[in-house]
Amino acid sequence: MLVIRKQDLQQIFAQALDGYPLEVCGLLVGAEKTSSPIRLSENAGANTDLGPSGATEEVESEAPESTAYVEVVVATDNVAESSRVYEIAPKALLQVDRLAEGRGLQILGVYHSHTHTEAKPSPTDIAKAPDPYWHYVLVSLRDVHPALRSWKIEGGKIEEEKVVVKW
Amino acid sequence: MSVEVRVPTVLRPATGGVAALPAEGDTVGEVFDDLIGRHPGLKGQLLTDAGELHRHLNVFLNDDDIRYLGKLEAKVADGDTLTLMPAVAGGAL
Repeated sequence: MLVIRKQDLQQIFAQALDGYPLEVCGLLVGAEKTSSPIRLSENAGANTDLGPSGATEEVESEAPESTAYVEVVVATDNVAESSRVYEIAPKALLQVDRLAEGRGLQILGVYHSHTHTEAKPSPTDIAKAPDPYWHYVLVSLRDVHPALRSWKIEGGKIEEEKVVVKW
Repeated sequence: MSVEVRVPTVLRPATGGVAALPAEGDTVGEVFDDLIGRHPGLKGQLLTDAGELHRHLNVFLNDDDIRYLGKLEAKVADGDTLTLMPAVAGGAL
């Protein structure tokens, strides 16, 4: 799940509209908080009849729930200057990484716009996704109103995540 | 020479989750060899099969991209910081 402030969302939309027809991009800085709930199954602890394996109880662990809180949105140049691809200069990434570190935060992910297609990772986005821990935010300008969606990309697979706007 | 290597999240599974590592060497290439010796999982992430810098990886020696400093031959000094960063790109194409 990605939590982003309303004004940061507006900043991203404004950048995307201002940059049209080129794709725009930037980095999301903030904090990632992960909770790893572990709950015992219903019969946990009730089975006192130890088998030969010594198994005592079943423990089911749910997948860790991760929430990314965006604190700073940093617009970067699209050095590809293209309506179909984007690229962030390595130096800009370094500067944002240092900004994040200086505030005790981290780079959470990257956003970019698709000018004529939906807010879903393209094959290029999937192939070039730099980090499975990142959040990939896509803005679509295809329709009258800009749309924003967030994705996780790992091993060539994409999974959409919930976006919560903080007012 | 002793330097600090900063590791991005994408590479941390290969370093046991560690974000910053000390390493030794007189050049970036030697520092990488030292790192790979202790964290073999980094090898394919840092270098190609031909032993060259992986093109999806950016490496900064303090503030400078090592591509402009002689790549793996770039000299390092005591107290330098090497920052590893992934290339960030994509698009609707």
